[in-house]
Amino acid sequence: MILNMLRIAWREIRRNIMRSFLTILGIVIGVAAVVTMVTIGKGATEQVRRQIASMGSNVLIITPGKRFGHGQPFGANIPFKEADAEAIARDITSVAAVAPVSSQALTAVYGNQNWTTQVTGTTNDYFTVTNRRLKRGRLFDETELRNGASVCVIGETVRRMLFGSTDGLGEMIRFQKFSCEVIGILEVKGQTATGIDQDDFVATPLRTYQRRVSGNQNVATIMVSIQDGVPTEKAQSDIARLMRERRRLRPGDEDNFTVMDMKEIAKMLTSTTELLTTLLGSVAAVSLLVGGVGIMNIMLVSVTERTREIGLRLAIGATEEEVLFQFLIEAVVLSAFGGIIGILVAIVASLGLTKMMQVPYEFQLGINVLAFLFSAVIGVIFGFVPARLAAKLNPIEALRHE
Amino acid sequence: MILIEFRSVTKTYGVGQAAVRALRGVDIRIEEGEFVAIMGPSGSGKSTCLHIMGCLDTPTSGEYLFKGINVAGMSRYQRALLRRYHLGFVFQGFHLLGRTNALENVELPLIYQGLPPKERRSRAKEALAVVGLSGWEKHAPAELSGGQQQRVAIARALVTRPSVILADEPTGNLDSVQSHEIMKLLTVLNENHGITVVMITHDPEMALYARRLIRFFDGQVVSDEPNGSKKP
Ligand SMILES: Nc1ncnc2c1ncn2[C@@H]1O[C@H](COP(=O)(O)OP(=O)(O)O)[C@@H](O)[C@H]1O
Ligand SMILES: [Mg+2]
Repeated sequence: MILNMLRIAWREIRRNIMRSFLTILGIVIGVAAVVTMVTIGKGATEQVRRQIASMGSNVLIITPGKRFGHGQPFGANIPFKEADAEAIARDITSVAAVAPVSSQALTAVYGNQNWTTQVTGTTNDYFTVTNRRLKRGRLFDETELRNGASVCVIGETVRRMLFGSTDGLGEMIRFQKFSCEVIGILEVKGQTATGIDQDDFVATPLRTYQRRVSGNQNVATIMVSIQDGVPTEKAQSDIARLMRERRRLRPGDEDNFTVMDMKEIAKMLTSTTELLTTLLGSVAAVSLLVGGVGIMNIMLVSVTERTREIGLRLAIGATEEEVLFQFLIEAVVLSAFGGIIGILVAIVASLGLTKMMQVPYEFQLGINVLAFLFSAVIGVIFGFVPARLAAKLNPIEALRHE
Repeated sequence: MILIEFRSVTKTYGVGQAAVRALRGVDIRIEEGEFVAIMGPSGSGKSTCLHIMGCLDTPTSGEYLFKGINVAGMSRYQRALLRRYHLGFVFQGFHLLGRTNALENVELPLIYQGLPPKERRSRAKEALAVVGLSGWEKHAPAELSGGQQQRVAIARALVTRPSVILADEPTGNLDSVQSHEIMKLLTVLNENHGITVVMITHDPEMALYARRLIRFFDGQVVSDEPNGSKKP
């Protein structure tokens, strides 16, 4: 008998192919939207988390200017010098590495290839602080750093754009004002959460940069990594004290520089992406709801026809239970089918989108189960409740239904 | 053997002021193998009577014995089984499932009887052959004329080999030629297949096919007599 009921239900699904299709579509759209949005949101959050982990959460970034520096007074933005970085390295015992950093976008030329990239003047400490490893070649040596030699270490994107399939070591890259020899190539690092390609990058000794690019002795930012086990707050306040001293600030004067903790940045970023996930999820939840309303609509529109059908089935000898069972199976099959297709669509869409956005993909079991159950419940309720009402009628009333 | 017996059956729709007394004490006995026509003005209770006979509705008072068993005491479930195995109903409006071919429409009652697909199919084909629709198995109702649709509906009623076929104005929606074909078919079922037929009609010409005529007026049987000459 159960087999028979399944057969009847299946026949009904096929007979009303349009209605079945629309029901399934409503569920598919709802489920796919919610699952995809949440999966991408979670991926973005995970991306930020990983990035921060790879940066090392023990990194401080020191920039000139006040923290919330709108409308700064003249002269407040006194730039750093290399000596500031050296002073931090010398006087603050809790720091592990200090890198002065200045950078600018420039066009690199090699043969007939050219590529605009970020040129950064710094020291070898930069690679320590930012957790970047050398893949081939070497970093700068003492003499090169001291003399401002024309050498550079490049990221993978720059290598690919200029040298294609060859490794480029020992070649000369030309910029507008200077040339440099490629002495090292860095390991691939990927994109940041905000989509910046971290491998699109050329590093030269700071002196080289100052002499050939900026033409002054300034340092834009100082990046510091703190020794393990030292509280960031301590290092932060030590550095702030030192900088106040070096910048001759009197007690009561505001800081004219900012010492930012990566953890703060991390928290800011993750809370942003989490908010984004919630936002995307809610938007998608609305579409799930709309899908549900759509299903309800389809079911209610077909209720007249279905009520007559129920009347007929009762008249030729179906029992109330058999009719209900048939409708229940129909509703469950359609909803489950829609839910499964929705999840498959979501998997494909999430894989594609996460790949496109370069965020990690992870199957989100929770949201899949939730969306599936929700759609199933909607489908079953709206498929089943009208049928239940109809099956309670006596056959003649149901047959006469207008 | 007495197939259908009504003892002072009444049916009242609604309550109080709005109550309609559709049947006011009806006594009818129908023997197995009879061909009965019911006539009467519109609203006189003919359909109500037939619905009660077909266990599609229950009487307000009185007794309905089907093959000597009191139907009034039966549950909804038992009445469903009675419809399933013993009663065949034919409606004025056919009530075929749309977008479902003739064969599947006729098969439908057999599914509820739990017959295996093969047997269902062959019996449905047989029934369609009896009503003269061999070769039309794959056609949906929309592709059939009114007369053909009613024949599919009759095939659906007879496929379960019921004791009785109850037909409520089966020719009400058909033209004269198609009506006579349906009546001839009912006569064949009655005479050659031994199925009792109870049929409501407005058309005296169609009533002539029956061998007994019951007239209704205002919820009561006003005459019940053998029918004169059968139409040739
Ligand atoms: N479901 C119902 N609810 C209320 N009144 C009904 C219902 N069905 C029939 N009636 C009334 O019962 C009376 C008999 O109806 P019916 O048996 O259909 O007559 P007939 O078939 O002879 O035309 C009519 O007055 C009709 O209006
Ligand atoms: Mg009537």
